[in-house]
Amino acid sequence: MASLYYDLHIHSCLSPCGSEDMTPYNIAGMAALKGLDVIAVTDHNSCKNCPAVLAAAKEYGLLAVPGMELTTSEEVHAVCLFGSLKTAMEFDAYVHDRLLPIKNREEIFGRQEIYGLDDCLAGTEELLLISATSISFEGLWELVRSFGGIMIPAHLDKPANSLISNLGFVPMDSRFTAAELHDMKRLHELKRRNPYLEQCRILSNSDAHYLEDIREPEFTIEVAQHTAEGVIRALLS
Amino acid sequence: MTVKELIESRCFELVQEGEETGRTVSIPYCCDLLSIAMSRAPEGCVWVTVMGNMNTLAVASLTDAACIILAEGVSLDAAAVRKAKEQGITVLRTEHPVFEAAQTVYELIHREEPHIG
Repeated sequence: MASLYYDLHIHSCLSPCGSEDMTPYNIAGMAALKGLDVIAVTDHNSCKNCPAVLAAAKEYGLLAVPGMELTTSEEVHAVCLFGSLKTAMEFDAYVHDRLLPIKNREEIFGRQEIYGLDDCLAGTEELLLISATSISFEGLWELVRSFGGIMIPAHLDKPANSLISNLGFVPMDSRFTAAELHDMKRLHELKRRNPYLEQCRILSNSDAHYLEDIREPEFTIEVAQHTAEGVIRALLS
Repeated sequence: MTVKELIESRCFELVQEGEETGRTVSIPYCCDLLSIAMSRAPEGCVWVTVMGNMNTLAVASLTDAACIILAEGVSLDAAAVRKAKEQGITVLRTEHPVFEAAQTVYELIHREEPHIG
């Protein structure tokens, strides 16, 4: 088993709210500098910077897990992680077909930049990525599993866009095995009010939109296999 | 009623005074799902919501809402207040529920005795 310092929820410049300095190579470079072992770039409703992130991470000797922060129809944010780039991009296409048909307005929401493997700007996403998709939280676990991935309800302790803030409580028929908190200090209180969390692996990620906010090496996960698939398996157990 | 008059009614606590406070408000509008508000909020509305988020501000700009009232004691964090300032959006808040807040705006628009205040 290897113990890996992680940050599995980072936004790149593809998220309209993400800093334009959050290019795939800058993220990988900063994560390596901070001493992290595994990262996931999880842009709002898109995996389109994952190819560049995986290439950049490889150059910096980091493990990168392809991912997305999905916005459900209830506006619950869920971090979705995948074992391979191929399945992540298939999920990306599935989600893209379920975005609201609203075009991004850069002057209001910010730019949505896609980077190529050469660390150069390759294009922009036209549809607004921070709006809700037509995908419900109900059935989301099974949907993401059908793409070989794992769904993790994001920042449960935040007052907006979390499973608990938007749906009131953890649904009785939930099946997720890991959940994310922004601040681990709130874990005890959240577990007391939501006993389902007792059985979950609790992660704390940065949700960074700026380079300096990427997590310091603080929390670790144990993986049997040093691959994206290995991280998924560790989070499933 | 203008945004300025709404602020001066003191029925709501001022979080951030924006630009264009002389504009007339059209109608109170209540919605918490941003994806719905994004396509339905009427121009010039006083948008009453419990969603105190950075995205709320972007949706208010997009729909050209006159101002935002955060109900149920919700507020904005410091980063969101900065954003509201940058974008010139007026944000008010109240401890009252959404209905009472919207009803008060309605009463003020129609020169009735306000419910809150």
